[in-house]
Amino acid sequence: MARMKFLCDAERCIECNACVTACKNEHEVPWGINRRRLVTLNDGKPGERSISMACMHCNDPPCAAVCPVDCFLQTADGVVLHSKDLCIGCGYCFYACPFGAPQYPRTTDFGSRGKMDKCTFCAGGPEPDGSVEEYQKYGANRLAEGKLPLCAEMCSTRALMGGDGAVLADIYQERSLRRGYGSGAPGWSTAYGRNDRGSPFTPGGPSTGGA
Amino acid sequence: MLVKRSSAKTAGGKRSGLVAALADSLESGVSRRGFLRRSGLAAGGIAAVGALPGAMIRKAEAGPILPNVEVVTRKNVCTHCSVGCTVIAEVQNGVWVGQEPGWESPINQGTHCAKGASVRELTKGTRRVKYPLKLVDGVWQRIGWDQAIEEIGNQLMDIRKASGPDAVFWLGSAKFSNEGAYLYRKLAAFWGTNNVDHQARICHSTTVAGVANTWGYGAMTNSYNDIQNSKALVIVGGNPAEAHPVSMQHMLRGKEHNRAPFIVIDPRFTRTAAHATEYVRIRPGTDIPVAWGLLWHIFENGWEDKEYIRQRVYGMDEIRAEVKKWTPEEVERVTGAPGSQLRRVAEALAKNKPSTVIWCMGVTQHTVGTANVRALSILQLALGNIGVAGGGANIYRGHCNVQGATDFGLDVSTLPAYYGLAEGAWKHFARAWDVEYDYLKGRFATKDLMEAKGIPTTRWFDAVLAKPGEIDQPSPLRAMMCFGHGGNTVTRMPEMVKGLEKLSLLVIADPHPTTFAAIKERRNGTYILPACTQFETDGSRTCSNRSMQWGEKVVEPIFESKDDYTIIYLLARKLGFADEMFKHITVEKDRPVPEDILREMNRSCLSIGATGQSPERLKMHMKHQADFDKITMRAASGPCAGDYYGLPWPSWGHPEIRHPGSAVLYDTSKHVMDGGGVFRARFGVERNGVSLLADGSYSKGSEIEDGYPEFTMAVLKKLGWDKDLTPDEMRVIQAIGGGGAEVDNVSWQTDLSMGIIRVALKHGCVPHGNAKARAVAWNLPDPVPVHREPIYSPRPELVKAYPAIEDRRDFRLVQLARSLQFKVADSDLRQRFPMVLTSGRLVEYEGGGEETRSNPWLAELQQSMFAEINTKDAERLNIRDGAWVWVYGPEDGSKAKVKALVTDRVGGGTVFMPFHFSGFWQGDSLRGNYPPNTDPIVLGEPVNGVTTYGYDPVTFMQETKVTLCRVEPA
Repeated sequence: MARMKFLCDAERCIECNACVTACKNEHEVPWGINRRRLVTLNDGKPGERSISMACMHCNDPPCAAVCPVDCFLQTADGVVLHSKDLCIGCGYCFYACPFGAPQYPRTTDFGSRGKMDKCTFCAGGPEPDGSVEEYQKYGANRLAEGKLPLCAEMCSTRALMGGDGAVLADIYQERSLRRGYGSGAPGWSTAYGRNDRGSPFTPGGPSTGGA
Repeated sequence: MLVKRSSAKTAGGKRSGLVAALADSLESGVSRRGFLRRSGLAAGGIAAVGALPGAMIRKAEAGPILPNVEVVTRKNVCTHCSVGCTVIAEVQNGVWVGQEPGWESPINQGTHCAKGASVRELTKGTRRVKYPLKLVDGVWQRIGWDQAIEEIGNQLMDIRKASGPDAVFWLGSAKFSNEGAYLYRKLAAFWGTNNVDHQARICHSTTVAGVANTWGYGAMTNSYNDIQNSKALVIVGGNPAEAHPVSMQHMLRGKEHNRAPFIVIDPRFTRTAAHATEYVRIRPGTDIPVAWGLLWHIFENGWEDKEYIRQRVYGMDEIRAEVKKWTPEEVERVTGAPGSQLRRVAEALAKNKPSTVIWCMGVTQHTVGTANVRALSILQLALGNIGVAGGGANIYRGHCNVQGATDFGLDVSTLPAYYGLAEGAWKHFARAWDVEYDYLKGRFATKDLMEAKGIPTTRWFDAVLAKPGEIDQPSPLRAMMCFGHGGNTVTRMPEMVKGLEKLSLLVIADPHPTTFAAIKERRNGTYILPACTQFETDGSRTCSNRSMQWGEKVVEPIFESKDDYTIIYLLARKLGFADEMFKHITVEKDRPVPEDILREMNRSCLSIGATGQSPERLKMHMKHQADFDKITMRAASGPCAGDYYGLPWPSWGHPEIRHPGSAVLYDTSKHVMDGGGVFRARFGVERNGVSLLADGSYSKGSEIEDGYPEFTMAVLKKLGWDKDLTPDEMRVIQAIGGGGAEVDNVSWQTDLSMGIIRVALKHGCVPHGNAKARAVAWNLPDPVPVHREPIYSPRPELVKAYPAIEDRRDFRLVQLARSLQFKVADSDLRQRFPMVLTSGRLVEYEGGGEETRSNPWLAELQQSMFAEINTKDAERLNIRDGAWVWVYGPEDGSKAKVKALVTDRVGGGTVFMPFHFSGFWQGDSLRGNYPPNTDPIVLGEPVNGVTTYGYDPVTFMQETKVTLCRVEPA
């Protein structure tokens, strides 16, 4: 069976936040909860790249490994879900997650944590697919409707892709080969150093504003 | 670990089918969207666990459970930028409950940016204006529509009586549909003034003037999709990654598939530049030296397309003379861009053809905006890139319908379709509207004012504050009717506030209250009419690439709002000319039918070929989007076979002749009936003994294998083609010509039978003639574009060598230029305001930003107004990242308190501020001044609170990109 993955192509991502907004729209995610967000490296400098981050739906999710109440589950498609009925808001998963995916609503003015919320790969939760309870706790279940996560479907430049990991890898490979130059070329940065991004007409020459 | 097994079928299947199946199933009893309606978001689920500030929580209407309720899918177009992304709305029981990707659209192919992904919020936003409001002694009072129209109408009539029709300024919107824009222009004409304008003035008026004066039409020549054919791209003064994100899809594909050089020329290392193969940093306001610097290398190395220039370009030798002055050394001295780098860029453009030049407001919003545009156009002409797929001048317009609103005449200098204001134009529209010319003339104060350009939106407050003698109309402005236009988008806001205070009547028709409503100096005489968004009505809109798309009404106007058509009709009726104005437009329950309006436009807007886009054809295109090719935008099969998507104008002649539209303008490689074209013969046939007509170049299949003038009856007779006219067509032409010798002067533009156009097409000729493009535009203040330093130049030593234009009068007002520039250069201003201030756009917000800052999904992403300051400057000034700073402007003691964003994105000595913010004024919040519950979630200082004087001589475009400022820690 397919194993669902997100893949963000940094050569394409322009930090437009469509993914973030699509997520908010689809699941009516409230203010302050960010199931998905953009991370930009080298902001404002040559070599600036952004990628869109959310739960990566790990094969062997560390969040699940540390959860004291064992609230996590994985679907047959490899999507990592969790049960808000079991979650105690302890925050261990936040420390375990390398990607900062788990989010906690503030429940009182004293800042105690509510039940964890995170990206569901638009696959709802442990409740029956398409049930009222599922929507209320986890948002829409697009996967059950035969659709992919809306963030990836709406990505402005097709940077963020979501779906069967094997298919995504093929798409990404094809793109890399087609680019065939500069930071898009496989191994380029290893061979020529970070600041020396080539360009098609002066391979290896100064570009993107120089070093 | 648990493993959840999916119980539902996950195989393919369209939502509609699935939802319908769910709805039909008694077991499930409720569709997915039903939960949303029922749950009442504040009551359960995700929202319940978020302890949010009260204002941020929105309760969904807690409706009954909606089992077996159908989900209807409606197609509309995003209302945020000119790319024209299809929005798929899922509607249940009249509520927009879900947004799905519009996969079939050839333009966005399912994608959106942050703004497009958020549009559903517009139809539920509680921050909308909900009912008509009136400001009484500083307090907002709820009133009814009848009272509002009655009072506004009476006051307008009083002002008209006392001060004449020109005392009212009609500010329209690029957010209107085409039909709304046309109707609003018609309203101003029937009211009797040319003081009618819209946002194009402040975004691309200089583009329209510049390219129209070069090759005939003021529009993007190719399309976003066509950029996938480009072998090299150069983006000057544009940041599509933030301003037009979905266009980047096409641009990055072009870059990757063609391994195309992707060059960004900009003072700021934008998010677009982050993806460039070459980034050229220039000093703000030096675009002409850069263009000439590129051309210098092109001419020097003989890279220009000599045959193209010989056949299709007039006056290139005069350009050569000017370009010769711009040696690499001089270019570097003025712009800061190294000569070696520009040589590399020039070579990339010349050797990777077709290459395209893309520009946006970094080029247009200058005191030399029109000349900038012309310089870039000439660069493309020299390379032979115009009229070629993959080439072109790809000018990214701003608002969702700014192209359409411009085309349909929301402009102080022309009637719809660029007919101008001369007597002939008025007579044409009098015939099209079926009213007497004398009736229209009688509506105006004088015939002179009827034919004189009006007051543009960049200067309306100057026209309010002017003393009677200073202004070329009987009275200063006394009232402003502001439909869909932000109050923070025009420079010199301190002066604007004074003007606002003095207006006796201000009417705002908008979904949101706008900045105008929050200015505390105004305490009486303001009305707010709740206009709905384009998702709550239907009509067509024109994207940047000239494709027209029909938007379908998604939901009924929410709260008490009404659509633009209805509000315009109610006003016209109150003002007493509805019968004449709507003679051939059906009005149903006070709502003019947009299809009828479009048909009237099709009948009258001949000059741009806005005639073939009938409502039926446009709706068919929206329905069969999947049939269109994703790059050529042409349908290969289906009912639209042969058409280009959205019938990009010109789509010549009657809809029945099925002209496919023109995807690439001026493309001689195609037959005119196949979307081919030639440069427009708009400026005569000869100048100083030199022919202006094309030399041996013509569109494929043309029976005239050379240049030719525009088609008139006289030309038809000369060619012997007048015999091809049908008796019916002849009858119309005779009637228009008055039966006498004037008949010969009836042209393709005024022949309402469209017979002349039909005959020209039949012989493979383009109705507008076949001329050369003009490298020299002798009717402009600078026939050959020359560099002129900005008014507030950061380089006083260059001012004498590159002075601004002489002071002059235009658009009924005085325009200061050189005198002010010299005064600034000779003063100590430069010492007191040592930094350059420039402004631009963010991806999350649009325009003045009230609408997008009211949307919680977007507002959360950008919560503060900021100023980008270079790291070295920040260090020197002791400014920390994220700290508050004051930005001081050189006029009116202006200042703004914003957060510092310390970054190398801007060069040393440059400060950048985004232009979407408002609601703070010189450190104070204006939140309390908005009508209750309509204040946007995020407020901030408007950058235009500190911008300064400076206008383009051709269009009075404002200078927003170069002024001086000082930054101090707050």
